[in-house]
Amino acid sequence: MAEQHEHHEELSFLRKYVFSTDHKVIGIQYAITALIFLFFGFCLMLLMRWQLAYPEQALPIIGSLLGETRMPGGVMLPDFYNQLGAMHGTIMVFMGVVPLAVGAFGNFVVPLQIGAPDMAFPRLNMASYHFFWAGGLVMVLSFFAPGGAASSGWTSYPPLADIATTGQTWWLIGMVLLITSSLFGAINFITTIIQLRAPGLTFFRLPFFVWSQFVTAFLLLLAFPPLEGAGILQLMDRLAGTSFFLPSGLVISGQPLAATGGGSPILWQHLFWFLAHPEVYVLILPAMGIVAEVVANNTRKPLWGYRSMVYAVLFLGFCSFVVWAHHMYITGMGTVVAAFFQATTMIISIPSVVILTALLLSLWGGSIRFNTPMLFALAFLPMFGIGGLTGLPLGLTTTDIPLHDTYYVIGHFHYVVAPGTIFGLFAGIYYWFPKVTGRRMSEFLGKLHFWPSFIFMNGIFFPMLIQGMAGVSRRLYDGGTIYAHAQDVLPLNAMMSWSAWLLALAQIPFIINFFVSIRKGKEVSDNPWQATTLEWAAPSPPPHGNFETLPTVYRGPYEYSIPDQDTDYLPQHQPAEA
Amino acid sequence: MEIPYTVETRPDTGLNNVKIGIWLFLASEVMLFGSLFASYILLRIGSPAWPAGEDYLDIPLAAVNTAVLIISSVTMVMGWASLMRKKLNTYRLYMGATILCGLIFMVIKYFEYSDKFHHGYYPSTNTFLAIYFTMTGLHAAHVLGGSAVNAYLLGPGTKLWKKNPQMFINRVESAGLFWHLVDLIWIFLFPVLYLL
Repeated sequence: MAEQHEHHEELSFLRKYVFSTDHKVIGIQYAITALIFLFFGFCLMLLMRWQLAYPEQALPIIGSLLGETRMPGGVMLPDFYNQLGAMHGTIMVFMGVVPLAVGAFGNFVVPLQIGAPDMAFPRLNMASYHFFWAGGLVMVLSFFAPGGAASSGWTSYPPLADIATTGQTWWLIGMVLLITSSLFGAINFITTIIQLRAPGLTFFRLPFFVWSQFVTAFLLLLAFPPLEGAGILQLMDRLAGTSFFLPSGLVISGQPLAATGGGSPILWQHLFWFLAHPEVYVLILPAMGIVAEVVANNTRKPLWGYRSMVYAVLFLGFCSFVVWAHHMYITGMGTVVAAFFQATTMIISIPSVVILTALLLSLWGGSIRFNTPMLFALAFLPMFGIGGLTGLPLGLTTTDIPLHDTYYVIGHFHYVVAPGTIFGLFAGIYYWFPKVTGRRMSEFLGKLHFWPSFIFMNGIFFPMLIQGMAGVSRRLYDGGTIYAHAQDVLPLNAMMSWSAWLLALAQIPFIINFFVSIRKGKEVSDNPWQATTLEWAAPSPPPHGNFETLPTVYRGPYEYSIPDQDTDYLPQHQPAEA
Repeated sequence: MEIPYTVETRPDTGLNNVKIGIWLFLASEVMLFGSLFASYILLRIGSPAWPAGEDYLDIPLAAVNTAVLIISSVTMVMGWASLMRKKLNTYRLYMGATILCGLIFMVIKYFEYSDKFHHGYYPSTNTFLAIYFTMTGLHAAHVLGGSAVNAYLLGPGTKLWKKNPQMFINRVESAGLFWHLVDLIWIFLFPVLYLL
């Protein structure tokens, strides 16, 4: 140990903070980078909301800064609107939420929760982070490519994407880098969880968060390569003149396209959604894991139905590979195929409901502590509930066909990802902040962050469900101004936009809280929440190598309020009293 | 604290970290090539006409290449087995043969490709040639990558043999597993593209 510490001291700045192989430093690198990307993606959306609320009106100050090719005279061009839409989705999903949920929380917390000194492959872990920021950089720089960034939606459907400007090529290269990054991460997580569990930590003693990361890693490992394959095919289409995704007889602006044709745009959709549906669970599972940790800790009782939650998450992971074509009901697939995917889609809702119900029942009879992480975790439950329930009509063809590509779809998946996953991630930030820094974030500012965020999130997304049911299409540059059927619900656009801008203001307490608490937050003990899982057995912040002595595990993860005990919690590493 | 089970096996799983890692990587590779094979099937059944492989491709040359890769898989295993019997020099011989086979494969591939280009056959010519160039090109990249790893294990990598023989054997085994997968992918590519 002494030798290790000396070695640790010698590390140069570059080795310690930039090319670090310590899972905690990499977790923090991921967290900071992902939070910056989340903020950037959020800003893109704030610009879009201006155009939707006040179409064709000049945006004061900011509009004129963005240049003549994007917003001449402060009025947004349709091309730029499309770039914002495509890049908002790409950045939020692949560079914001997933790196924060998996790269940051997974990296920092999983080795600690399983009592490991580090990840199984530390150098691979470092490479994963460096591929991630490089991919992110390519994506952001693509705004400066000739013709701007990718503008064919985050789904990059061909033939549109095949014939789009150079930005699309950058998008594909960026995606290949991001896929490589998540591949390295996934291999590392699975190996770490299988191999580096502390003595006594059997699989059914793993905290639910570790289970959620385990399943997530399998999804990343097996679902991402097909998108990489699809990306290679689209790159070939764009650079080598092939026609994998270009049908015969395509005419663009009155000119026949000079390509051999014979390809299939539907092929891209299959390959894309084969990734992107499991990706939905990559977005939600880590958040569920965080919420499970926070709920068990703050209700001071064991999770209700821990085992059924574990079986549910395993089944969910498996099933997520056989539901992808429910995104494609309007492609003209046969009724037999549609029936198959409707059935699997209905089946996959069962394990999600099992997990949500177990979390809800865990609240029953608990002496709940309403601190900031718990407020976010509690808000996650109904918000994810709305997101899940509004998804059911989209899983059945009869109701999906009228709702497809309307704002209803946007409302549905944002309820899952924004007030769902992102609230889960905020809960995680407030919950593990003391472990990372040794200091606690301010409860007052935390609540000032939570309540406005909760209100404005709903102010943005609930009206989308209403607009969508009225039939407003999702990619309209003017928000539906020219459509007769949209007139009744048009005033909602301004309300949603103001909610979005106020939501941005509501993040200011969080930003202040985050930076001030790093230096000035209240110093706390190693286990401020009186939690049971292993990460709280390590010092705060944990040193290189994490634990002073390797912990041994004696019991399951959530032994709260055991009768006849002095304290209301029994840590996993505490030996049973004789 | 050292990371455990980098070399030795964990008793209850019976595996070391590297072996799990490489098998997971192979699983992702199967999904990558699987998506391309699936694309091939979808494009082919969606086409009104599909050329036979022999219309464009040289079957005898590809058959030679298949044999070369299979031989290289055998020499790879023999190299690993020599290390298990602590015979470093025999290992060097077999690993050298493996790399040589990889290079022969690439040279034959080069003649195949340049012959196509010479006849004016490019990826943009038709969908068959598009998928042919994409899949064999990606596979060739894997052959090159695998050969680079093998070359490292033949050259500077052998230093590890003195310091930690078991770790070196594990590395050779992992490189071998990857090499077998590259071989196996070709065994699927050959009939699918050339014969069917």
